[in-house]
Amino acid sequence: MARLNMVDAIDQALAQEMQRDPRVVVLGEDVGRDGGVFRVTDGLFDRYGADRVLDTPLAESGIVGMAIGMAIAGHRPVAEIQFSGFAYPAYDQLVSHASRMRNRSRGEFTCPLVVRMPYGGGIRALEHHSESMEAIFAHVPGLKVVIPADPYEAKGLLVSAIRDPDPVVFFEPARVYRAVKTEVPEEPYTLPLGKARIVREGRDITVLAWGAHVRTVKDAAARLEAEKAADVEVIDVRTLAPFDIETVVASVVKTGRAVVIHEAPRTCGFGAEISATLMERAVLHLLAPVLRVTGFDTVPPLAKSEDYYQPDVDAVIDAIRDSLRY
Amino acid sequence: MPVRSLVSYSIDRVEVLDPQGVVDEALMPDLDPGEIMRLYEHMVLTRRFDERMFKLQRQGRLGTFARVAGQEGAQVGAAFALRPDDWLVPAFRETGALLWRGLSMTQILQYWSGDERGGAFPKELRTLPVAIPVGTHMLHAVGIAWAMKQAGEQVAVLTFFGEGATSEGDFSEAMNMASVFNVPVVFFCQNNQYAISVPYTKQTASPTVAQKALAYGMFGVQVDGNDVFAVYRVTKEALERARTGSEPTLIEAHTYRVTDHTTSDDARRYRTDEEVGLWRGRDPIERLARYLKTQGSLDEAGEAGILADADQKVAEAVAAFEAIPPPGPEEIFKHVFAEMPPQLVEQQAALMARLARRR
Repeated sequence: MARLNMVDAIDQALAQEMQRDPRVVVLGEDVGRDGGVFRVTDGLFDRYGADRVLDTPLAESGIVGMAIGMAIAGHRPVAEIQFSGFAYPAYDQLVSHASRMRNRSRGEFTCPLVVRMPYGGGIRALEHHSESMEAIFAHVPGLKVVIPADPYEAKGLLVSAIRDPDPVVFFEPARVYRAVKTEVPEEPYTLPLGKARIVREGRDITVLAWGAHVRTVKDAAARLEAEKAADVEVIDVRTLAPFDIETVVASVVKTGRAVVIHEAPRTCGFGAEISATLMERAVLHLLAPVLRVTGFDTVPPLAKSEDYYQPDVDAVIDAIRDSLRY
Repeated sequence: MPVRSLVSYSIDRVEVLDPQGVVDEALMPDLDPGEIMRLYEHMVLTRRFDERMFKLQRQGRLGTFARVAGQEGAQVGAAFALRPDDWLVPAFRETGALLWRGLSMTQILQYWSGDERGGAFPKELRTLPVAIPVGTHMLHAVGIAWAMKQAGEQVAVLTFFGEGATSEGDFSEAMNMASVFNVPVVFFCQNNQYAISVPYTKQTASPTVAQKALAYGMFGVQVDGNDVFAVYRVTKEALERARTGSEPTLIEAHTYRVTDHTTSDDARRYRTDEEVGLWRGRDPIERLARYLKTQGSLDEAGEAGILADADQKVAEAVAAFEAIPPPGPEEIFKHVFAEMPPQLVEQQAALMARLARRR
């Protein structure tokens, strides 16, 4: 089986879905001839041409708004926003229309579209290129929010997102793009949306993350295992909306403790939703408060201060120890 | 009922200095030889600084940034027409204009190295920090212009953006509001013909950017952006109309980005060497040097002296930049609000404690 990085795994998923379904079109800034600024759409333009791979003018609201129309008219658009920090002009289209068209038309018109965007820090980028604003999308009724943690996950989840009958916002952790390779089957496959993934089973504590920080948590768990300090259950939440309550609650009922990691700002981050859900459904099983390791309630800092901001293995271990000591 | 033509418009293109360095005397702006020499020196400094920044980026001493090369005529020519009490609202490729406004090279290096403190552009320069989200900031220029008019200040606001930005909705909103409120703003589009990989003809079907002004009831004009005299002339006129009559203008400076979009881009993927070569032949600095030589105000020794002087200034700025200690963790929290809320106080304290434990 081939070992691919996330860029190539996503590119392969797009190419295969375009091959399988002529309704699939890709659109965005620089996705055509240039192959995308991260090269995620490399080769698609040459293979499928300008009618299926659209280099758009520089207009995020235009890209998503047009994708809504395409989807209503029977296409399966996969729109790319170059960086999630530039998604805000398109947010109006997602909130006001993509998420509501099914409801507004009582199911007569639907928006089976995917909006892909790289997100998150750790790439020493300039301002607006390191944001983690997944929670404001997860907050919108009618939008699905999916975040792959590695190349294998990325391919399977993207294929599912493209085939899904509803709008999916697909966040790609930019830091993972070329940093990790996993085995990725050549054949198309799907991974379920709305299902969390137990990455590592453990008895003592449940630690939840998504995107790039699944790896941070895995590293923390490995270190605590080596020190014989804790047996950590690691969960990749994978789909923030709809959130897999069943898997997460079952895990915490088993371990009695939970820590959530995200690099997004703390206030109203998705960790708050997980914590509230555990409060409602597992409070009598909790041996410690649900703790969060998050970014600060600040603007994501520029490159030279980035390491201060990012949750790292040490911070995760500190939180796990705090929970275990409680 | 007959079909009648309601309106007809035309768009002018202004050229003063041709590629051979010969000027059209009738259109030559009112600049004395000292001013012309300062223009030249500043364009050279901008170019040498840009080249040095590129090297620093390749050595890992600077982060990603957008180069100026090839656009010195457009942005230095335009900024030169500003008065100190006018405002400048830049995008992210205006290093030459920022330097002219009085920003130090050291500070510009600090900003692009990923140090927040470099963003503290002194307020008295009336120059906003760089705006990276494309096409969003021209509305701020409109708001500032409105406030200046309310205050009775006879000043203008100049805002820079590229042709890619004209595809964003905020561009239309800014143009419309500027005309509706009749505010003293000059929209300066550096049409460098590429928005990363997307060429002008795929960005807009409009033959010129300048004509987009017409739909908003605004005056629009195209200028040869590699002709610093023409740029200065039309910008000066536009700023004057803004200051005295509060009239907005759209200027399209027709130029070319001879390097990559940013240091993360590879322009060879989407355009030919021949095309780039053609534009390198229209270089704005060489064109001005030819003029100065014809006038007898520049010779090879003078040219070398200006270059050496620029390199010396750049070297001093780089040395000062490299002596700046890295930002402390408190910089992240300092400027979120005027007064730090309790959550942030707590988060900062937690970070400090974590860092102390690891020392």
